[in-house]
Amino acid sequence: MKTISLNLRIWRQKGPGATGEFRNYETGPLSTDMSFLEMLDVLNEHLTLEGEEPVAFDHDCREGICGMCGAVVNGRPHGPQSRTTLCQLHLRQFHNGDTIVIEPFRAEAFKPLRDLMVDRSAFDGIIQNGGYVSVNTGGAPDANALPIPQRAAEQALDASECIGCGACVAACPNASAMLFVGAKVSHLALLPQGQPERNRRVINMVRKMDELGFGNCRNERECERVCPKGVTIRNIARLNREFLRAAFLSEEE
Amino acid sequence: MNLDARIPAGPLSEKWDRHRFDLKLVNPANRRKFEIIVVGAGLAGASAAATLGELGYNVKCFCIQDSPRRGHSIAAQGGINAAKNYQNDGDSVYRLFFDTIKGGDFRAREANVYRLAQLSTAIIDQCVAQGVPFAREYGGLLANRSFGGAQVSRTFYARGQTGQQLLLGAYGALMRQVHLGKVTMFPRKEMMDLVVVDGRARGIVVRDMVTGRFDSHSAHAVVLATGGYGNVYFLSTNAMASNVSATWRACKRGAGFGNPGFVQIHPTCIPVHGDYQSKLTLMSESLRNDGRVWVPLHPGDKRAPTQIPDADRDYFLERKYPAFGNLVPRDVASRNAKEQCDAGKGVGETGLAVYLDFADAIKRDGTGTIRKKYGNLFDMYEKITGENPMTTPMMIFPAVHYTMGGLWVDYNLMSTIPGLFVLGEANFSDHGANRLGASALMQGLADGYFIIPNTIGGYLAQGGFSAVATDHAEFKGCLESATERIRQLLRIRGKRTVDDFHRELGLLMWDKCGMSRNEKGLREALQKIPEIRAEFWENVMVPGEEANINQSLERASRVADYLEFAELMVMDALERRESCGGHFREESQTGNNEALRDDANYAHVAVWEYAGPGKPPMLHKEPLIFEECELCERCYT
Ligand SMILES: Cc1cc2nc3c(=O)[nH]c(=O)nc-3n(C[C@H](O)[C@H](O)[C@H](O)COP(=O)(O)OP(=O)(O)OC[C@H]3O[C@@H](n4cnc5c(N)ncnc54)[C@H](O)[C@@H]3O)c2cc1C
Ligand code: FES
Repeated sequence: MKTISLNLRIWRQKGPGATGEFRNYETGPLSTDMSFLEMLDVLNEHLTLEGEEPVAFDHDCREGICGMCGAVVNGRPHGPQSRTTLCQLHLRQFHNGDTIVIEPFRAEAFKPLRDLMVDRSAFDGIIQNGGYVSVNTGGAPDANALPIPQRAAEQALDASECIGCGACVAACPNASAMLFVGAKVSHLALLPQGQPERNRRVINMVRKMDELGFGNCRNERECERVCPKGVTIRNIARLNREFLRAAFLSEEE
Repeated sequence: MNLDARIPAGPLSEKWDRHRFDLKLVNPANRRKFEIIVVGAGLAGASAAATLGELGYNVKCFCIQDSPRRGHSIAAQGGINAAKNYQNDGDSVYRLFFDTIKGGDFRAREANVYRLAQLSTAIIDQCVAQGVPFAREYGGLLANRSFGGAQVSRTFYARGQTGQQLLLGAYGALMRQVHLGKVTMFPRKEMMDLVVVDGRARGIVVRDMVTGRFDSHSAHAVVLATGGYGNVYFLSTNAMASNVSATWRACKRGAGFGNPGFVQIHPTCIPVHGDYQSKLTLMSESLRNDGRVWVPLHPGDKRAPTQIPDADRDYFLERKYPAFGNLVPRDVASRNAKEQCDAGKGVGETGLAVYLDFADAIKRDGTGTIRKKYGNLFDMYEKITGENPMTTPMMIFPAVHYTMGGLWVDYNLMSTIPGLFVLGEANFSDHGANRLGASALMQGLADGYFIIPNTIGGYLAQGGFSAVATDHAEFKGCLESATERIRQLLRIRGKRTVDDFHRELGLLMWDKCGMSRNEKGLREALQKIPEIRAEFWENVMVPGEEANINQSLERASRVADYLEFAELMVMDALERRESCGGHFREESQTGNNEALRDDANYAHVAVWEYAGPGKPPMLHKEPLIFEECELCERCYT
């Protein structure tokens, strides 16, 4: 078993209003098979026994699918490995003696809560404004009544793979949520089920996004680079098209 | 304890229809006068909360995560069953019903399971209408794959992330109701107690996980959809926050707990690799469609897997169960893997693993096809282990995955406490002693979208509700005791961490109450658990404060519940002196080491009633009556 020791520089902040600071921690030898969050677990076990409060960080599935985890590692949301959530990052991506700077996602719309935890409820706010098909339960037609080309279904799934982690916002110099919104708008615009509300959806979601304090997209492409699910900026292009189309059509109406 | 299952009269296929007709209705204008609390926003909770909102009830929905989109259901990989028979391969409602009863080793209720099979088809329709992007054929129709315990292809899927896509559908429906003002969402709120007033469930006490504040909420009915308790074993495939707390507190308030000892150990998980490990990762059962399970024929064969020729391999599942091959049910596959490892044929550093090999499938179908089907699972495997399953076989080992046990419910999904309904993995209902793959998603959504919206109306329409608000003495009492318990945990300031205790309990449970159980081991566990619990309350170190985010405190509270609940699991496993499904009692096996049921004595649901601190719980039995299926040895050869 290969082991490495690391110098961790972690953002500590007691609460939303408190001032934060970086604190340094040296780890003992850690197996390179260990995951990044397990490293934080090990650190927290030590801190607990030494009388220092453990580092608070969000996590749940630890399989890269719930979107709960996330921190900026050496300047990059979710760390150095592409298409990988923080919980799926393993220490074999690092070298003995490395210094690792770990800080929370920072954005106007994500308020800090404690240490590495932030409040991402703004994402729910955006989805509430149309990120669904308005059908009540019951009375749906047979699932095979409407064939959908395989390619459309696959593309819709590519977009709908978004896990809502917020890395795109944290990576963007303007803290824009265009990739997140673009993914949901694309998912539904690509499917026949999304058509009846197509225009309304994009306009309402974009309006809400602006209202919640997310910035504008200036084509920096950082979001795409850090997205753990490989959601591409084609979705932003589609969002722009959908928005223009909807604005145009609603004017005509 | 009244265990009347309220199974409607009449032929199996007409029961649900008749029952819906017999249930009283709440007229649409009156629904807004009723408050319903839904705890949990996984598939079961989100679908229930959304649908109840659509019907016009006032719903409050609570969950632990920062958003309902993150419930544990999101992690489900492989798929969801439905008796659509789109493949024209002989499937039917009756076959899904029969497969599920048989898969559960004849320890589930026929009427419930039949209804589940009936509703399965409407679930797929509903999800497609929501825009769930299921896999499709070139012609545009829906695709299917096969899962264990079935000889038809009835599993609908969205790559390896079916749970995510289904949950996003339910979450969308829920967000729509939030927008319309019919559902109020309370994320990052953990239920700490159930409030029962005059014998009826009337509310809950919750802790705000950000501020540490305690609060109570009253309602006319409470729905628990809080998931399973696999994390009692410390290591499992469940998400970290999965817990027994909500259901255990309800049990302590009078709800009977059904079959707590029934646990599913999933055969295909990434093996344990270190003592720092925090969880185990599932590799979906769908992989067994194309992957072949094998071990070296000779114990101690240390050659690299690719160097071992076919003649020196034992494809033990194909050999022993030719009819189902690699797709035998999970309990059978897990037990066989353990048997091979016990015989010294296990592989990998620890010897606790078997191979799952895709080489033949890649040769047959080509790299592209196999990657397209399983790409994201292969990537996940490679991220964790550093090995690529396209070039070397995966190593897998069984891990705790799902709990069939849960709060006992009747046909209406109501527990033994009137007004307390339980959905999804949190209830005990449809899977008997072993759940078939792709059936949990089906059950959670049947419960939430289609059953509870009907049956809760029947309950509410009976009326007789006294005006109860959170200033009622019961609410105050519960709030005080919940607060005091948390303060007590913080006062101990001992020398061992919460995880340290949790790990100790988990190892004990895995050893004594895991894949295979015997009287001696179970009795040892019964001795040991109270000792660990006593030490926990004297020596646990919970740092931090009450009125702030305190993740150690959250875990401590859950582990304290596991330390009580584990004892009930062991008692249940001890009491059931037969083997059935995932419950394998070494004393009860056939000549070829298969599970040997004892229908004369154990064809029942074991329901446990809490009797107070320090007192042994009381066992009640709901006899299972099989009118449709003949009880037979489960045979997959
Ligand atoms: C890795 C994995 C893969 C799986 N794959 C499949 C599959 O392919 N097909 C299949 O059919 N099944 C699968 N399963 C099983 C299936 O996913 C679960 O059984 C099912 O999703 C459970 O849904 P649920 O709604 O009952 O509970 P959960 O999804 O566990 O949701 C529980 C909810 O309750 C909330 N909650 C819990 N406790 C509290 C509390 N005290 N206070 C407030 N809120 C609380 C949580 O926040 C959450 O919102 C899989 C399971 C795992 C672990
Ligand atoms: S913990 Fe779920 S994505 Fe990382």
